[in-house]
Amino acid sequence: MDSIQSLIKSLADEYGRKRESLLPIMQAVVEQEKFLSEYSMVEIAREIDVPAAEVFGTATFYSFIETKPTGRYIIRICKTISCAMKGKNQVLFAIQDMLKIKMGETTPDKRFSLLETNCLGWCHKAPAMLINNEVYTELTPEKVRDILTSYMKKNVEN
Amino acid sequence: MSNSHQLKRVDFIFRNENDWKKVLSSTLKRKPAELINELISSELKGRGGAGFPTGLKWKLTSEEKSEEKYIICNADEGEPGTFKDREILSKVPCKVLTAMAVCGHVIGAKKGFIYLRGEYKYLEPELKKAIDEFEYYCKEIDFDFSISIFMGSGAYICGEETALLESMEGRRGEPRNKPPFPSQHGYLGKPTVVNNVETLVHAFTIFKYGAKKFYDLGVQYSRGTKLFSVSGDTPKPGIYELELGMSLQDFVYEFGDGDTKAVQVGGASGFLVPRKKFKDAAIGFKGKLTGISLPTGGSMMLFNSSRSMFNVLDNYLEFFSEESCGQCTPCRVGCQQLLLGIKAVKRGDKPAAYLDKLMRLTETMQLTAKCGLGQSVANSFSSIVENFREEMIY
Repeated sequence: MDSIQSLIKSLADEYGRKRESLLPIMQAVVEQEKFLSEYSMVEIAREIDVPAAEVFGTATFYSFIETKPTGRYIIRICKTISCAMKGKNQVLFAIQDMLKIKMGETTPDKRFSLLETNCLGWCHKAPAMLINNEVYTELTPEKVRDILTSYMKKNVEN
Repeated sequence: MSNSHQLKRVDFIFRNENDWKKVLSSTLKRKPAELINELISSELKGRGGAGFPTGLKWKLTSEEKSEEKYIICNADEGEPGTFKDREILSKVPCKVLTAMAVCGHVIGAKKGFIYLRGEYKYLEPELKKAIDEFEYYCKEIDFDFSISIFMGSGAYICGEETALLESMEGRRGEPRNKPPFPSQHGYLGKPTVVNNVETLVHAFTIFKYGAKKFYDLGVQYSRGTKLFSVSGDTPKPGIYELELGMSLQDFVYEFGDGDTKAVQVGGASGFLVPRKKFKDAAIGFKGKLTGISLPTGGSMMLFNSSRSMFNVLDNYLEFFSEESCGQCTPCRVGCQQLLLGIKAVKRGDKPAAYLDKLMRLTETMQLTAKCGLGQSVANSFSSIVENFREEMIY
């Protein structure tokens, strides 16, 4: 049994082998592996006994279930109206400039992926972004450079 | 300053009260029918935006015969410009949990869920702690009720209650046909109450202070208070609890930056109100007051004269194109075509009269889309295009 298989088996043991467990299991795989591969989808389908096509259909519906490999840190910058009005683009340029990647790309060292997302619910402290599950608000180009620097240091230490 | 410019600030929701245990134990001693009547007489309506009478929802679900029933707290707050539910869940979670347990007592449910949007994952640890403490107390008073958190994964449409149920059942978040309503056929086919986070906090207030205290606030058909999420071009963005029924004029007087050109009320699915209509517009549920009544999801985004309404509409339409679940054609294709259409008019590839065709398309979407998302695109589209037509063209 490979590591994905045993991960999925232990998740199915934890959440139960039923359709309602599908989303929690997929979320946990993404948390661990940073994305949900087709191989993982087939394994989940086998483990909880639903058609693989249904797992694929469900997985691809949700924007936080990544189906392509991503970096260790996923940056999701909010592009909805309040953030767009409060200088989201300047922040985005600062990130792209610093990481040398474009929207939707991952750094070659697999540390950072950069994505846009819809309203994060921080409109009063716009612009906002998520790095994995952490939220950062009232961003400016200077502030975002500091934040990214701290993440880069984290990486070196690990 | 004249009195007419005074907004009525209220402080119920975030009032620091550590008496949820007392409220819970005393409310659980009351009969379900009595509690339903209390809610109905308060005239509390759903605070997610749709405004269904909460007491009636509980009553309908309580009348269903089933061994298993559920109460779900809808914390999939995704409407652009709305951020009140996050604040409630981080500041006063136990008020929400208490109201869920009381709902369980009223309808006969032993299990509650909080559907928390993936974007709020960071709330989970603290919320879990609150739930642990809460469940511990329920055991102490011998009340059989438990609550779990179900995490969403980044889909606006899952705030629609039947899409939320599909999502919890491990499917794509595609809205169901109604009827049957969740009160008859909800989670796993069992009778289910789905309430917005804020609705539950108001229920707590009503059980604690009585229906009259709530009913005395607000105006006819729009009773009580509401949390407003204020953002955009304002010197004081934030969350404010205000009485329902205020005029938009008064609101802008308080929150505007002196140069307010328009206010988007109710988020991207709501209406854009231009300056000249501020004094005729009131925030409340339909069927009351004179003039325009505006939706009550609580999202208030202010735009000043430096903003291009084309960019605003473009941003909304991109949002809807991405968040449409794709299940029904009017919404899936409609959102895409509206987005392409306004860009084509702006570039000059299509004549200005093409905007009228697009307006008819939004009318079709309003009539034929399966759920609120596709139906409501017409609101912002028509209110922006009608009031700022020249900005769409030049």
